[in-house]
Amino acid sequence: MPEDPTLIEIDRVSFGYDASRTILNDVSLRFARGKVTAILGGSGCGKTTLLRLIAGVYPATQGQVVFDGERVDTANREQLYRLRRRLGMLFQFGALFTDLTVFDNVAFPLREHSKLPESMIRDIVLMKLNAVGLRGAAPLRISQVSGGMARRIALARAIALDPELIMYDEPFAGLDPISMGVAANLIRKLNDTTGATSLIVSHDVLECFLICDYAYLLSSQGRVVAHGRPDELRASTHPEVRQFIGGEPDGPVRFHYPAPPLAEDLGLHA
Amino acid sequence: MTDALARLGRFSLDWLRALGHSAFFFVDLLRFSPAALRRFHLVLAQVHAIGNRSLVIIAASGLAVGFVLALQMYYALVTYGAAESLGLIVNLALVRELGPVVTALLFAGRAGTSLTAEIGLMKAGEQLAAMELMAIDPRARVLAPRFIGGIVSMPILALVFSTVGILGAYVVAVLLIGVDAGNFWSIMQDRVDVWRDLGNGIVKSAVFGVICTFVALYQGYETEATPEGVAHATTRTVVIASLGVLGMDFILTALMFSTP
Repeated sequence: MPEDPTLIEIDRVSFGYDASRTILNDVSLRFARGKVTAILGGSGCGKTTLLRLIAGVYPATQGQVVFDGERVDTANREQLYRLRRRLGMLFQFGALFTDLTVFDNVAFPLREHSKLPESMIRDIVLMKLNAVGLRGAAPLRISQVSGGMARRIALARAIALDPELIMYDEPFAGLDPISMGVAANLIRKLNDTTGATSLIVSHDVLECFLICDYAYLLSSQGRVVAHGRPDELRASTHPEVRQFIGGEPDGPVRFHYPAPPLAEDLGLHA
Repeated sequence: MTDALARLGRFSLDWLRALGHSAFFFVDLLRFSPAALRRFHLVLAQVHAIGNRSLVIIAASGLAVGFVLALQMYYALVTYGAAESLGLIVNLALVRELGPVVTALLFAGRAGTSLTAEIGLMKAGEQLAAMELMAIDPRARVLAPRFIGGIVSMPILALVFSTVGILGAYVVAVLLIGVDAGNFWSIMQDRVDVWRDLGNGIVKSAVFGVICTFVALYQGYETEATPEGVAHATTRTVVIASLGVLGMDFILTALMFSTP
């Protein structure tokens, strides 16, 4: 576990969307204040669900989620909203408001949560857009921007209120190599300049290892397989860690969803 | 037999659960409405979006209904030598019934489906979830202004429908058939009561506005976030809102016009 002061603690949490399937299975994680922590794992292992539990979208079935000393899983709506004002989340596909312009998307949380004059909101929005390199795109409609640009606009919106915690859901998915490098540098730079705590959920191991201070690896059964600093994980001899980092098809993680033998499904009998 | 009973029981329970859920949703909309009214620019934007988008189809339908009503009524009344009552009958039919009801049915098809699809796609695109995570309640920020916008728009549209319908009837009855223009207007002035006829018509259309907008928003908000889910939700909006309007129309008519 990281030794720095803890902002978020997830203690023996289990969760399933219904009783038949458990997504997270008795996981314990700690996220250090002011650091970039990556949560790695294959598709469907519960990484995004973990972010939603931290934001209090769903209550944990078992265990507890603590944000800066406050229980999230037992908080009422008012407490949750107070907590959510301290965090920003970047959704995988941006989740931008399609009826608003780029400028209005970034201005949205400022207009809703502050009584700042419009001239000041304009300055803040332009500064946030400048930080993601899109100040020139301010007047564009969302339908006019590319997927990579949408992600950066969503990032500008997520940091509009200077949150203490920024959660990134698959920030590198679907980006070209240049945009990926730019996004990774941006996350690190934002974290260092604002002093925020960053959580990155991703399956891009190499990109995450370049910018994160600490990482957790989740298995497809929703358990923590390994955790440590990037250099520690690179040196790990754990077969699942080796398979995930090396991107190898064979290993403890099975590529195929459980199924009867192919010959049986095709009706081929010896 | 046991299976059939189990299915019936499951259907009844699901239906009751949906009814309770929608009742809570309705209460939430009412609860968030005062806050939405305080941010009137949001409501105004919705009145513009919902009302303006429906204006052409409402006006065109009102005109067509006015034309046909005048023609049909003239042929029926002239047989009994009562053609001078044409203006009155057309006016009462439009202001009391056809204006509110046809406007509501068109509204369900035009603005209702549009609201359902808009909210459903916002849900599918995680826009509502994003708002929640920004500590902004989408029911207060997105749904309540649309709810009030729909309720305000409906009586205005119904008035437009009735006005254009009466003008259409005038064109056919007076300009084409040759009914006396003075008679056409004066009998309306004499026999149509502002509160009883026009007022009740406006109340009716406001109630229909509540039904159509509530159904549209509920279907959009509760839709399964897939293309099929949104398609089914828009269809349900038209069916449920239309049936709700027709059923409520009978009840309101019985309450409002039970005495001659």
